[in-house]
Amino acid sequence: MSNKSQHDMTADMSGRNDAFTDFQFQKDDRKLIIAFISFSFIAIFLGALAGALQLLQRSGWIQLPSWLTYYQLLTAHGVLLALVFTTFFIMGFLYSGVVRTLDGKLTPGERKLGWIGFYLMATGTIMATITILTDNGTVLYTFYAPMQATPWFYVGLALLIIGSWFGAFGMFAAYIRWRKNHKNETSPLFAYMAVATLILWLHASLSVAIEVVVMLIPWAFGLVERVDVTLSRTLFWYFGHALVYFWLLPAYIYWYVNIPQIVGGKIFSNSLPRLTFILLILFSIPVGFHHQLTEPGIESFWKFLQVVLTMMVVVPSLITAFSIIATFELAGRSRGARGLFGWVKKLPWKDARFFAAVMGMIIFIPAGAGGIINASFQLNQMVHNTWWVTGHFHLTLGTSVLLTFFAITYWLIPVLNGRTFTKTLNKLGIVQAGMWTIGMLLMGGVMHIVGLLGAPRRTSFSTYGDHELGLTWLSYHQVIAAGGVILFLSIILLLYIWYNLLFVAPKSEKTIQYPIGVINEQAEHPPRILERWSIWIGVSIALSFIAYAIPIYQLIVSDAPGSLPFRSW
Amino acid sequence: MHMPKLEKIWLAIGSGSLAVFLIITGMLAVYMGLNPADGMKHTVEPENVETTEPFNHPGLEQIGPNEYRATIVSFVFGYDPNTITVPKGSTVHFQVTSRDVVHGLHIPGTATNMMIAPGHITEYTQTFNEPGEYLMVCHEYCGIGHQVMFGKVIVEDTV
Ligand code: HEM
Ligand SMILES: [Cu+2]
Ligand SMILES: [Cu+2]
Repeated sequence: MSNKSQHDMTADMSGRNDAFTDFQFQKDDRKLIIAFISFSFIAIFLGALAGALQLLQRSGWIQLPSWLTYYQLLTAHGVLLALVFTTFFIMGFLYSGVVRTLDGKLTPGERKLGWIGFYLMATGTIMATITILTDNGTVLYTFYAPMQATPWFYVGLALLIIGSWFGAFGMFAAYIRWRKNHKNETSPLFAYMAVATLILWLHASLSVAIEVVVMLIPWAFGLVERVDVTLSRTLFWYFGHALVYFWLLPAYIYWYVNIPQIVGGKIFSNSLPRLTFILLILFSIPVGFHHQLTEPGIESFWKFLQVVLTMMVVVPSLITAFSIIATFELAGRSRGARGLFGWVKKLPWKDARFFAAVMGMIIFIPAGAGGIINASFQLNQMVHNTWWVTGHFHLTLGTSVLLTFFAITYWLIPVLNGRTFTKTLNKLGIVQAGMWTIGMLLMGGVMHIVGLLGAPRRTSFSTYGDHELGLTWLSYHQVIAAGGVILFLSIILLLYIWYNLLFVAPKSEKTIQYPIGVINEQAEHPPRILERWSIWIGVSIALSFIAYAIPIYQLIVSDAPGSLPFRSW
Repeated sequence: MHMPKLEKIWLAIGSGSLAVFLIITGMLAVYMGLNPADGMKHTVEPENVETTEPFNHPGLEQIGPNEYRATIVSFVFGYDPNTITVPKGSTVHFQVTSRDVVHGLHIPGTATNMMIAPGHITEYTQTFNEPGEYLMVCHEYCGIGHQVMFGKVIVEDTV
C-alpha cells in the first residue's frame, strides 16, 4: 500500500462521510472520470425508462404508440443498461481507483488514451441508440443472427467495445509506469484488481469483436451473403458470460478494497483477494456454452465440460464471502462488539455508502444460488429462456452490482467535485436503496416464480390465445409490474441525489476522503507469482482453448448451411 | 498463502458439496442419458427446408406402440404442425428446424426446452404421462410477432 492510504486511516474511523485527507484528483483526471460517470447516468435513465414502459406494456397496463414497439424498448433497455451504463460506469470507477492508488495522477498519454476511449464509446452509443430509435436495430442486445440490423447498429457496438479497449490501455499504461517506478513492491490492491478486470474484459471482448467485425458487419453491408448462425452465437457467448464477471468484479473491488475503510476496518488479506480475481479470470471464459445448453450443433460432452468449469466460480465466491464477513466482524469487534453477532450492530447501517452495498451483498446470496441452477446441465432446461433468467440477472446485476455502484457514487462524486454528501442526501440514499431492494425483490423474485411456470422472456403482451397458463402468467405480471413502478420511482430519486451531488450540494471546505482500506498488519506479502500476468493470461488462453477449440473447429468444418439475413420486426 | 483454519473448513465443505453435485450431474448424463436437447445433423439451406426430407412432410408419425416422431418446422411466427395430439403415456421424439431466424420451443410443465437454429436440427425426446393441453411456446425473440408464436400439444386421456 502507498503511504497515502495509511494517512487516511488517521482521519476518521467512524465510517461517516466526513472523513478528510489531503488527496485530491488533478483537474484533468477529474474531468475524465466525471465524463465517464455522467454519461453512464444518462444511459441508466433512458434504460430504466424503457424498462418501465416495456414492463407496463407486457403486463397489460398500457398500450404503446404505433411508432414505438415493445422490442425496440427491450433492445434499448438491454443495450443502454447491460452494455452502455455498465461499461461507462466501470471505466470511470476503475480510472478513479487507478489514479488514486498509482501515485495520484495520470500522465498526459494515459489520460489521452482514456479520452480516446470515451469518445469512441460515446460515438458508438449514440449511433446504436439512433438505429434503435428508428427501429432499424431491433435485434436486442444479443443481436442474434440471422436477424439483421442496419450495419450502423453493429458499427456502433463495435466502437463501444473498441473504445473500452483504449480506456483499458490507459490504465495498463499507468500500472506499467507505477511498476517501473516501484521496483519490487507489491502493487496496490485496487490497481491490481482493476488490471485483472480489464484483462478479463480484453480477452472476452476480443471474441465478440471478431463476431461483429469479421462476421456481422460485412454481412450487414451485403459483402457476404450468408452467416454461420451457431458460430456467431458461440463467439457471442465466449464473451457473454465473462461480461457478467466484468460487471461483478468492480463491485467486488468496492467490497474488498473500499468498504473496509468505510466500516472502519482493515482489508483482511492481501493475497486471497488477488487469488480470487485470478480465478475469476480463468473461469469466466471457457464457460459460455452454459448459455447454449439446449442448442443444436454443439456436442453434449463439450457442454458438460463447460458446466464443470462454470461451477469453479464457487471457489472464489466462497473466499469472497468469507473475507468480507471477516472484515466486517473484525471491524465490529474492534469497536467493542461482544457476543457471536454483536458486531453486526456496530456496522454503519445509517451510512448509505455502506447500506446500499450491503443490501446488494445480501441479495447476492440467493441470486448466486439461482445461478448455480441456471448452469446446471439438466436443471437448465426448466428455466432456459424463461423469465426466471431475467429475474436472475435483475437480482445479480440489477441489484447486487447496481446497488454497489450507487453506493460508490455517493462518495465518488463528492471526492471528484468537492460537494458534500449531506445528511439529507444520505437519508435519501438509504431510502433509494431500500426502494430498489424491495422493487427488485418483487420484480426479480416473482420473475423467478413465473419463469418456473414457463413464462418466456423477451415477449410482449400475450394471452397465448387465452390459454389457461397464459392467463396465469399474466396475473403474476401484475406483481412484477408493481415492482417495476417502485424501481422507476427509485431511479427518479437516484437522479435527484446525483443532480444534487453534481450541481447543488454545498461545497466542502476540506478535501473529501477517497476510501481505500488499509491492509491488516498481519497479512503476509502476496506471492510474486500472482503478479506475473503473462502466466495467468497464458493459462486463461489455454483453458479457453481446451474448452472451445474442438467445438469451434466442428462448427467451422461441419459446413452447416449459412443463413441469409432476415428483418422480421 | 496463509488462510485461516476456519476459511479452509469453509472452502472444503463448499468445494466438497460442489464435487458431489457435479458427479451426480455427470452420472445422470452418462448413465441415464439425461442430456439437454442437441443435435449434430444439418439441413440444407434454411430456405429449402420445405423441399427437403424429412421436413417436406412435417407432422406426427407413429413409430411404435406409444412412440411417435414429431417433425416440426418453425418459422416467423408459428410451427408446422401447430398442434399435435398424442395419447397419454406417449413418448415423442421431436426433430425441429427453422426456415428463417432462431426460434425456441418450450413446453412448460415438461423438460422440453429447445433452441431451434436455422441449418440445424434440434432433437429431444419427451414422454407425456399427464393428460392435458400443453402450450408449445417460442421462447427466443424472433421478431415483431414473437408473442403470438405458439402451438399446442394435446395429451389425451385415453382408456
Ligand atoms: C426501472 C428498473 C427496471 C425495470 C422496470 C426493468 C424491467 C425489465 C423487464 C420487464 C425485462 C424483461 C423484458 C422481457 O423479457 O420481455 C428486462 C430485461 C432486462 N433488463 Fe431490466 N429493468 C430495470 C432495470 C434494469 C437494470 C438496472 C439493468 C442492468 C443494469 C437491467 C438489465 C436488463 C437486461 C440485460 C435485460 C434483458 C434484455 C433482453 O432480454 O434482451 N434492467 N428489464
Ligand atoms: Cu453465464
Ligand atoms: Cu419467437
